[in-house]
Amino acid sequence: MKLELRGITKRFGDFTANDRIDLLVEPGTVHALLGENGAGKSTLMNVLFGLYDADEGEVLLDDEPVVFAGPGDAMAAGIGMVHQHFMLVHPFTVAENVMLGHEDVRGPAKLLDLDAARAKVREISDRFNFNVDPDAVIEDLPVGAQQRVEIIKALSRDASVLILDEPTAVLTPQETDELLGIVKDLRDAGTAVVLITHKLREVKAVADTITVIRRGKVVGTAEPSATQEELASLMVGRAVSMRVDKEDATPGDTMLAVDGLTVVDAAGIVQLDHVSFEVKAGEILAIAGVQGNGQTELTEALIGVVSPDAGSASLDGDVITGRSIKDVLLSGIGFVPEDRTEDGIVANMTIANNLILDLHDQEPYAKGFALQPKVIADEARKHVEQFDVRATSIEQTAGSLSGGNQQKVVLARELSRPLKLLIASNPTRGLDVGSIEFVHKRIVAERDAGAAVIIVSAELDEVVALADRIAVMYHGRIVGIVAPDTDRDTLGLMMAGAHQEEAA
Amino acid sequence: MSAETQTTAGEPEQQAPEPSRSRQVLREIAESSSMVVFMAIVASMIIGGVLIILADEAVQESAAYFFSRPGDTFAAIGDALGAAYSAMFNGAVLNLQAESFAAMIKPFTQTLTMATPLIFAGLGLGIGFRAGLFNIGAQGQILMGATFGAYIGFAFSLPWGLHLLLAVLGCALGGALWGFIPGVLKARTGAHEVIVTIMLNYVALYLVAWLLSLEAFQREGSDNPISPLVAETAQYPQILGVQFNLHLGFLLALACAWGVWWLMERSTLGFRLRAVGANPSAARTAGMSIGAATIITMVIAGALAGLAGSAPVLGTQKYLTDAVAGSIGFDAITVALLGRSRPLGIVLAAILFGGLQASGPSLQVNAGLPVDIVVVIQALIVLFIAAPPLVRWMFRLPSPAHEKEVAA
Amino acid sequence: MTATVADAPAAAASNAPIPPKKFGPAIALGVIALLSLVIFGLGTASGASTTFVIARPTDFFKIPSFTLPSQLAAILLSVVGLALAGWTAYRANQRRKVGLWVPVVYGMAIMGALLTWAGAGRDATSIQLTGLLTSSLFLAVPLVFGALAGTLCERSGIINIAIEGQLLAGAFLAALVASMVGNPYVGLIAAPIAGALVGLVLAIFATKYWVNQIVVGVVLNMLVLGLTSFFFSTVMTENGDLNQPLGMPKLAIPLLSKIPVLGPVLFNQNLLVYILYVVVAVLQIMLFRSRWGLRVRAVGEHPKAADTVGIQVNRTRVRNTVLGGAIAGLGGAFFTVASGLAFGKEMTAGKGYIALAAMILGRWSPRGALAAALLFGFADALRAQLGAIGSPIPSQFLAMFPYIATIFAVAGLVGHARPPASEGIPYKK
Repeated sequence: MKLELRGITKRFGDFTANDRIDLLVEPGTVHALLGENGAGKSTLMNVLFGLYDADEGEVLLDDEPVVFAGPGDAMAAGIGMVHQHFMLVHPFTVAENVMLGHEDVRGPAKLLDLDAARAKVREISDRFNFNVDPDAVIEDLPVGAQQRVEIIKALSRDASVLILDEPTAVLTPQETDELLGIVKDLRDAGTAVVLITHKLREVKAVADTITVIRRGKVVGTAEPSATQEELASLMVGRAVSMRVDKEDATPGDTMLAVDGLTVVDAAGIVQLDHVSFEVKAGEILAIAGVQGNGQTELTEALIGVVSPDAGSASLDGDVITGRSIKDVLLSGIGFVPEDRTEDGIVANMTIANNLILDLHDQEPYAKGFALQPKVIADEARKHVEQFDVRATSIEQTAGSLSGGNQQKVVLARELSRPLKLLIASNPTRGLDVGSIEFVHKRIVAERDAGAAVIIVSAELDEVVALADRIAVMYHGRIVGIVAPDTDRDTLGLMMAGAHQEEAA
Repeated sequence: MSAETQTTAGEPEQQAPEPSRSRQVLREIAESSSMVVFMAIVASMIIGGVLIILADEAVQESAAYFFSRPGDTFAAIGDALGAAYSAMFNGAVLNLQAESFAAMIKPFTQTLTMATPLIFAGLGLGIGFRAGLFNIGAQGQILMGATFGAYIGFAFSLPWGLHLLLAVLGCALGGALWGFIPGVLKARTGAHEVIVTIMLNYVALYLVAWLLSLEAFQREGSDNPISPLVAETAQYPQILGVQFNLHLGFLLALACAWGVWWLMERSTLGFRLRAVGANPSAARTAGMSIGAATIITMVIAGALAGLAGSAPVLGTQKYLTDAVAGSIGFDAITVALLGRSRPLGIVLAAILFGGLQASGPSLQVNAGLPVDIVVVIQALIVLFIAAPPLVRWMFRLPSPAHEKEVAA
Repeated sequence: MTATVADAPAAAASNAPIPPKKFGPAIALGVIALLSLVIFGLGTASGASTTFVIARPTDFFKIPSFTLPSQLAAILLSVVGLALAGWTAYRANQRRKVGLWVPVVYGMAIMGALLTWAGAGRDATSIQLTGLLTSSLFLAVPLVFGALAGTLCERSGIINIAIEGQLLAGAFLAALVASMVGNPYVGLIAAPIAGALVGLVLAIFATKYWVNQIVVGVVLNMLVLGLTSFFFSTVMTENGDLNQPLGMPKLAIPLLSKIPVLGPVLFNQNLLVYILYVVVAVLQIMLFRSRWGLRVRAVGEHPKAADTVGIQVNRTRVRNTVLGGAIAGLGGAFFTVASGLAFGKEMTAGKGYIALAAMILGRWSPRGALAAALLFGFADALRAQLGAIGSPIPSQFLAMFPYIATIFAVAGLVGHARPPASEGIPYKK
């Protein structure tokens, strides 16, 4: 079945997530939809799958326009989707999950015909060599197997178009290779596969056609023969070249020393694997890498949000791992979290209160148990002005601010005390150009004031613009630490796991 | 229904470019949440009126011949409603038939007396709501507070002042203990506080029933499970003289309201509790301990509920029974919800509900209505304020601008 | 399952989560059994004996009463409890679960020890076993209906704190309608309607206005209490004909009711109890084996997953909450028409909250709800019987038992009570 999208536009309030997107997917091909996180890929697929209504544009199947009121319609029309966050009911078995919504039943009580469901699962599992037991309970299965269940779910509904949304985000390299093999088999069986991803290697490995999306727009199409660098430049874009005016760093003594830091998550997966590095006072170490390669865990382990399973980190000679978050913050670390609305601000507290979230019980904001409203308000006004937070009043709730202004509140808070180390995760994500420049200036100023700075960013331009040194992470490890003038091809290869020597 | 809501929601966008200032003000009032609270109270009173009419014998009789003489039915309806609402006013605010000034204002002092435990317990629950905890356990905390306080009150003889102080502290301690258990279970094991507090209400009930079967708690010469009277040295003084029941506990409740306001708005601890309640994840990232906040919140909430137990055992009833908590614990939930968890709101809501309850005897005597109508009105008010869109729809009020954004 | 893991690539296998060993339940069972051994076993005077009476004057077969040496029996029963605790620990060490029979047999053994101890050396009185079991079942009836209502709602993701109100509404309307018609059986039709209405209000506030479901539940309980009390004090009091004590006769099932012990307990009851058997069995099958049940459980666990396969989440929730309300309402009929009583103010007296506890201990399944409710009913019946023979345990402690057991369960100290993952969270697209 041929799938075509014409001029799809989807807005959320003032934000345009999809801007007149066209897409054509032929049967028996793999069409990769490539773009950074937040580029609008998932929104597009949710429109296609009937989860969102498009504001403009139409969907055509075999040249016939179709309208889907909900996912049920989309599935009935032969479109299957494997969501990034699996849509599997955890306490159910594989067979139950596969049959859910289109169950085979017996008798007037509509009792489930589990045998039929088991047979269906086995049939598909055998056809593509999935090795999935129909009676296994989902929560006992590793993620790779769960994903195969999702694929069985789609195939059992005779999907002739299969959408895979960031399918490898949660997979190990071996599982990824298996999945790519499955994708090829499906294509050969005549299925049209849409592969949504930001990982270049996968695109190169299986795609027949490539469409690149940036900031909600199609910015180009490419043949699979295109080099990774060409794809990367399309994806990240060089139109807005980031320049930060900064002097050369004058690194001082070692401020942060990380030694063999290891984090294993609740599911037993190693997220951070014996990471060791140092950051000196007065330098910016930027951590580059595709999202989900251990950067989040690294920052969280340094702050104390997660406790490391092995290794240690010390700040200015004092061990900071194993101490409370409060201790760590007060010892002179500023932290700009990756997810601003989740971890950075309390949306229904005022701007003034958000500015003292970590220092509320310290002088001069508090004397003993008593908050000092006048001091808090005066300082808040000062910070709002200094950081150019656009608000009508400091008593406005932080939730009513735009994303950029929320981020300025977070920065104002974190930079308002003398820091030995600033850790900022994707500090400019979702910000407009003006705010980005402002944030970068403040970060460089912090460095020049003598703090060590760690920037985690998925945007290579930002990394290159800010960094004095670049550490590249891949699969929980640091594959190398290089100078900021390292050429992008080398950086790109390192982000795909190649060591510096191989990459250069 | 949804179509209606949507059109009202869309209205502000199509507003005339320069709305007149007075229209603007009217709109702001109509959109405000105080308007919703007011309308919720009006709607509940109307529904309460319908019930009164349905249950009224005269109305039923005259309705039987409605089509021949409809006037009789309407007259009967008017009589029933007039009697009910004037009985409420006379019973809760001012007794206009009274001969002396004291008798005239007595109903209002009675209202404040009834409001006293509701203020205490409502404050406790309000703190819980703001810290993100749903404490259904005020009932048990009140009972335990009353038990500790009453025991100190009747088992010891101590000098004036000190005895009362210790008894009051005992109430707070008993409640705090009963709040600590769900708090620590939630912090350590994640046990849901709603379930644990509901269960602890009953554990407290049977614990007190058992204590009252022991010699140490049993009133001499009585076979009923009631404790001895609390010593006079441990009773709240009656602040307006002996002819009024209003006691010092009311002033203490007001002081607690101020204290809670200070705690939540002006103290570092309150700051943490609010932050944890509003966004635990961000609070944690800023270095606050969620577990500690949970335990502290439940202890303070329990202590305040325990103080609510002091109102009956040290103020009005002056002895302990297993029914001493009445329905205060559940009424306090409605008080905290109506008062939007803010101390001033809670005091006002408690006085409103205290007044409704104080009007019970007058309703019974003057209008022949059972006090249960008050419970119905109270429940309806809270049900309505919990769903502002419902109230706005009922009264065709415009939606505030921010809700529109959320809906988009 | 094992096959999959074994065939999966090595990396994947090492990624599979390893559940921690859970010894909590075993330890708890062991401690209680030890206490039982010390208090009931060694605490009983040696040489005393306990008499159990089984037969009743009306029985077809006469089973003689039997007398046991108290200390020996209590010790043996406690040892059975200890052995089961050991078995639980052994299974926990292998990360395996124990069957439902373990807690059931364990409960019976410890209760038996308790009874033996309580009845020891009281020659004048004896333990009326059949009577005890009959009243256990009877007292459990509203708890089972209430717990089933809670199970149905929570399985679809709606927290139902309003069980108490639904029971009370059912009791009220059953009495009112039965009195008007003059036939108690009509009350069984009216009761579910009252409960369903309360459920409907809960469902609308929860799915349309996204009001906190606990708030709505608590307030609905209050509202129903106020309304029923108001009409009780006005309309019903003014007109006594509207509130008569109408009873439903016991219907002995031929043959089955003649089985010793079980016959009179299970098969000589009134219609509501037989309805109970049917409802439990049907819901158990439908919830876990039918298309409807699969969809309901999917909605309660992962509503978005259900939505993506075309299941209407909120419609399912509303239907289930109304159905649950109707079942609780039917249970409310127990208090009036099924017990032969007129309606009285606040007559459910917190049974709705014990039903909530039974739902949790029964782990959100009809079968479990039945077992937990029977346990609570037994505790209640035991309280009455021990009160009659003058037991050494204060009756208030037995009354506390269901609540304390529930606290232990939700704190994860005994077993693992895991509610449906998405309960209480409004589904917004």
